[in-house]
Amino acid sequence: MKHPKEEELIAYHDGEDAGRETITAHLGDCPECQAELARIDALLAALNTIPVPDPGEDYGQRAWQQISPRLPQHRAHWWGFLFSEPKTAPWFAPRRWAAAGAIAALVLAAFIAGRFSRPNVPGNSVAVDQTKVRERILVMAVGEHLGRSEMVLVELANSGPDTAGQKEVNISGEQRRAEDLLEENRLYRQTALEQGDTALAGVLDELERVLLDVAHSPQQVTPAQLEAIRQRIEARGILFKVRVVGKELQQREESGSAPASPNGSAKGERNKV
Amino acid sequence: MNRMPSVETTAESDAIAVERTLAGDRDAFRILVERHSRNVYRLAYRMTGNQHDAEEVVQEAFLRAYQKLSQFASRANFGTWVYRIAANYAIDRMRQKKSEDSNRALPARETEDGMEMDLMSTVPDAAPSPERLAQSGQLAVQMRRALTQLTPAERTAFVMRHWGGSGIEEIAEALKSSTSAAKNTVFRSVQKLRKTLEPFVEQRGRVRAMGTEL
Repeated sequence: MKHPKEEELIAYHDGEDAGRETITAHLGDCPECQAELARIDALLAALNTIPVPDPGEDYGQRAWQQISPRLPQHRAHWWGFLFSEPKTAPWFAPRRWAAAGAIAALVLAAFIAGRFSRPNVPGNSVAVDQTKVRERILVMAVGEHLGRSEMVLVELANSGPDTAGQKEVNISGEQRRAEDLLEENRLYRQTALEQGDTALAGVLDELERVLLDVAHSPQQVTPAQLEAIRQRIEARGILFKVRVVGKELQQREESGSAPASPNGSAKGERNKV
Repeated sequence: MNRMPSVETTAESDAIAVERTLAGDRDAFRILVERHSRNVYRLAYRMTGNQHDAEEVVQEAFLRAYQKLSQFASRANFGTWVYRIAANYAIDRMRQKKSEDSNRALPARETEDGMEMDLMSTVPDAAPSPERLAQSGQLAVQMRRALTQLTPAERTAFVMRHWGGSGIEEIAEALKSSTSAAKNTVFRSVQKLRKTLEPFVEQRGRVRAMGTEL
């Protein structure tokens, strides 16, 4: 039998089935081909010893931190078309986000109004009361959370170099607060989702991305970087949405639909803008 | 302590995470990133040859996976899918870089890494002599250099076949070529590596033999 070609021996090394029996039989009688196969084995074994640097135990978490601020919204929601990626304009196109913000605010306002004007159903008052209490707690807590988030965003919008020649601006304070708010935000978003409040969950989801963006920015930013952060906040229209939702929740609290805030801070903080 | 999940459990858990992500739960995607990013990183490092590019490939692969997730729904293995996306992106990136600087020399860090590497330490035989250490360092540098001399397609084919255990069909998909062309690319990559590296591998073999005999 004639010797197998080099490519056939490489395929043999790789475990390819085609012609395997014939090559095995040939190798048994051919020291030349045995040596050739041994050289291929040795080379590939040597290449296997090139180490890959260990990126660290926490690499998965770091990768997520880098990836998550860049994730677009999925289209599973009925309003997903607002957040889809158009072929002709970037996903953060201001008009698209302004429209999304306006519609989200209207939807949320209608949802909350409908929720609190719903009549009680006789015979099921205990269950309804418990549900209402949970909803009210969520409304109050989210109201406070939105107030604090709004303050961070407004401070960022108004910060800048103290002098004309200043090369960097320290935003470490805003950054720390954004980090603190992130955990709360995740909790409220998940709670809103569990309660089927997809509109509120949607606004909180957008807020989360902005907070992540701020939390992962450098502590010292150049005026240009600061401007870029501002533009991203502005493009998402998140400040507008937070204000609309916060205002609505505040009105509900004032009208007595929700229990009084234990520390009375929600109203005061939100009105500072 | 983390227990190693079975393949079936991972696949099921991946499928649930995919469904939840598609339902709008972004945190579910985090599970997929944390579970598969190290594996994708290994592929990306072997393809690009440096950590910075590898990390970028990982990020881009998961972003693309997220954007195309609805297309994944009927597929069985998220890990394999995102691995292929990473290979696709890495090859595009390598081609782009190659066109920008086709005669790029090995970065200093790479050479330094190679010199620090003791390949012979992985071989369970006699204690290494100074000659053997010199040989192993030289081989490591030569191996890295030989890999950079492959075309992006050849490197992708080699990494996927010999380090990723991918089938020819999968490689053909990543290379956007026919299976016969992919097979040929795998062969060409090994042939080139043999031409460049066999003198060093044989030399090492001789040194090892001498060391064992002594």
